[in-house]
Amino acid sequence: MLRYIAKRLLQTIPVLIVIATATFFMLRLAPGGPFDAEKNVTPEIKKALEKHYGMDKPLFQQYLDYMGKLLHGDLGPSFKYPNRTVIELISDCFPVSLELGCYALAFALFIGLTAGIIAAIKPNTLTDYIPMSLSMAGICLPTFILGPLLVLVFGLTLHWFNASGWDFPRDRVLPAITLGSFYAAYIARLSRAGMIEVLNQDYIRTARAKGATWPRVLFRHALKPGLQPVISFLGPAAAGILTGSFVVETIFQIPGLARFFITAAFNRDYTLVIGTVLFYAALICAFNLLVDVVQVLMNPRLRFD
Amino acid sequence: MIANLRSPHFGSTIRKANVPISGTVCRTWEVHRQSLIAFLLLIILAGCGRPPSRVETGDRDQVLQWGNLGEPQDIDPHTVSGVPEQHIIDSLFEGLVMSDPHDLHPVPGVAEKWDVSEDGKTYTFHLRSKARWSNGARVTAQDFVRSFKRMLAPTLGSEYAYMLYVAKNAEDYNKGKITDFSKVGFAALDEGTLRVELNSPTPYFLSLLSHYSWFPVPVSTIEKYGPTDERGNTWTKPGHFVSNGPFNLVEWKINSVLVVRKSPTYWDASQVKLKEIRFYSIDSLDAEERAFRAGQLHLTYDVPLPKIDGYQRDHPELLFKAPYLATYFYRINTTRPVLNDKRVRRALSMAVDRVSIAHQVMRSGEEPAYCLTPPNTAGYTCRAGVPYDVEAARKLLAEAGFPNGQGFPQFEILFNTLEMHKSIAEVIQQMWKKNLNIDARLVNQEWKVYIDSQREMKYDIGRYGWTGDYVDPNSFLDMFVTGGGNNQTGWSNAEYDHWVREAGKTADMATRFDCFQKAEAILLDESPIIPIYQYTRTYCLSPSVHGWYPNLLDVHPHKYIYLVPREESKVK
Repeated sequence: MLRYIAKRLLQTIPVLIVIATATFFMLRLAPGGPFDAEKNVTPEIKKALEKHYGMDKPLFQQYLDYMGKLLHGDLGPSFKYPNRTVIELISDCFPVSLELGCYALAFALFIGLTAGIIAAIKPNTLTDYIPMSLSMAGICLPTFILGPLLVLVFGLTLHWFNASGWDFPRDRVLPAITLGSFYAAYIARLSRAGMIEVLNQDYIRTARAKGATWPRVLFRHALKPGLQPVISFLGPAAAGILTGSFVVETIFQIPGLARFFITAAFNRDYTLVIGTVLFYAALICAFNLLVDVVQVLMNPRLRFD
Repeated sequence: MIANLRSPHFGSTIRKANVPISGTVCRTWEVHRQSLIAFLLLIILAGCGRPPSRVETGDRDQVLQWGNLGEPQDIDPHTVSGVPEQHIIDSLFEGLVMSDPHDLHPVPGVAEKWDVSEDGKTYTFHLRSKARWSNGARVTAQDFVRSFKRMLAPTLGSEYAYMLYVAKNAEDYNKGKITDFSKVGFAALDEGTLRVELNSPTPYFLSLLSHYSWFPVPVSTIEKYGPTDERGNTWTKPGHFVSNGPFNLVEWKINSVLVVRKSPTYWDASQVKLKEIRFYSIDSLDAEERAFRAGQLHLTYDVPLPKIDGYQRDHPELLFKAPYLATYFYRINTTRPVLNDKRVRRALSMAVDRVSIAHQVMRSGEEPAYCLTPPNTAGYTCRAGVPYDVEAARKLLAEAGFPNGQGFPQFEILFNTLEMHKSIAEVIQQMWKKNLNIDARLVNQEWKVYIDSQREMKYDIGRYGWTGDYVDPNSFLDMFVTGGGNNQTGWSNAEYDHWVREAGKTADMATRFDCFQKAEAILLDESPIIPIYQYTRTYCLSPSVHGWYPNLLDVHPHKYIYLVPREESKVK
């Protein structure tokens, strides 16, 4: 297993290099630059700024300089926030996105699995239709509608929660629900399908015939194989929750990294864009690896290869 | 095997096999139901015992909760250029002269008095001995000279360095033409006396001093954290930061909040009533407005356009509106065929019904603009103006060779992607179609692309907004001199340049204004721009905030602000 993990990690390195290279050149091809503002700066000032950030050199030289620094773990200073480095910004903001992601994922798993299993136990009945209809609504309802809706009801009308902010434990509830709803709905549908398929297997019938109680059959025999599709989905879901929280972070004013991920591109903050893209790419690779490992551990029919 | 399981046969078997499940299903459902109830209870419990809102506690404790748009770029007065940064810097620093909160007239700041030479070109400032940095050291004349030197250092690349160009040789030093700073018109005569020599008499010089580009910075502190004249210095981080204003920096959480607290070392601390100001970084105007409604903010940065009508109807007391020293206009690329004809440009300008745009599209108190400089800018109001005269516009277009718009090529209106700009462009597009029978195509671009297009002159007609840096017509009219960095129309007129230059040579206001009148009349006659409306600053402001007065620059010296608790300070 360790050999497999090491091999996968080594494969990640060229992927990250390609991503860094593509991002670097695509950014430079985009019109506008980090020092362009509504009030035009004088050519002298622009020249001074470009010199400070090494942008006066030929583009390929800049690329080599950047990659050289990258190999030493230096993502450079932010263009937009001159007193901060990219690593500083990521290390300050990512824990918040991670925390939000964990709550959202926990919510998604709890609601999604509960709904999916309930629906699978009695398919094509009301206990199936209701959670599945709700999950369809969850998939269809975009976060930029659900978020303000929850704020309107629970923040502005009932005053149970703050409309925005990340200061108190209660501030985690609405963003987690908003971000997690889509994934909860997806997980519900996946777990329902997986569980129905497993519950129809011979060995389940055998277990029942041998007198195993239903909770035992459900949780001991059916749950683990039935949730395989959900586990496969968790890798991209976790990555999606972490990278896709921009809207939720903006609606609830959460000081996470996803806001920088988007605004850095608008600001042409070259170093911050490449830094966040690389960071998220590494994260997605790590999640995919983790999911692959967990899948092998949970499914004896699969092997590390 | 899977296929077999899905066969009708297996289907029926499964249904039979499922029959005994139902008995235990209830028990399983019970388990899940209990879990669900527990989770819902958790959510409900989280809502119980809600403390008073931030505004309520803020009113009680004199803590101002300020919605301040996005994350501040920095709080170094020499490297920033945005309004959110200005709000923070104004609380942390104080210049030689500050603005009166009512009408912005200069009032003593670090300088308790000043003398002006007879020719109006030399100012001698006498610094108050009580002025202190937050580390306890005295704010000296040398601090100011070193600060100005840093501000003008070409390597620092300060975007607002041009604000200091009124001083002798400042521009040459900033542009690297001279390297000896002693030749620049700043001198510390002793610890408490500062002399500033100007290029020419500049009547608005004292007003300039309240802009943060003229504020002192603690150079001796900055030196500890790296080169003073390069970016990337970390002196502005909490723990490193030193300032001389009414408040000190205590906390800066990225993308969240920046907190300043009343400074005990400030020379006028007894005047400062607020104990703390919390500047929240809120990118979304909708989120900000919701936070205001929920009692989390005393004031917002702006109001979403669709919300303005509701506030005006139901809660006008929560809406702050004041004329603002800014003009919304369209630039015309005068290097393009057809648009290089001033008759065409003037016809386009005369065919725009500005009243409709200001009152029906904008709806938050904006006024139609018939010239570039906002009315009553330091007492100056432009006499010339572009009237809304469709007949005259048609006539001009016919004279230019396009009777009833025939043969007029299609052109583009460029704007950055924003609903408001789109609405205005659509209305103008229709006006030109209806009044002149010509077709314009709308092009929206992402912000940086739009900036690049204008700078590279890759546009026909583009929207633009200009905010005056100081209250003087020069702040607007200087923009369109030949080769001006923000001209970006390709338009050049020697006579215009002459009158703007002449205005800069005299301190006599009547003569200056006469020069500006002549210059602006030329600008409007030639019409490289189409003025559309004068801005209004509109935002939500809690009635508990006092000491906040409307003025043209939307500047509100923080030391005069205080909070009076109100039962009904939040929207219900």
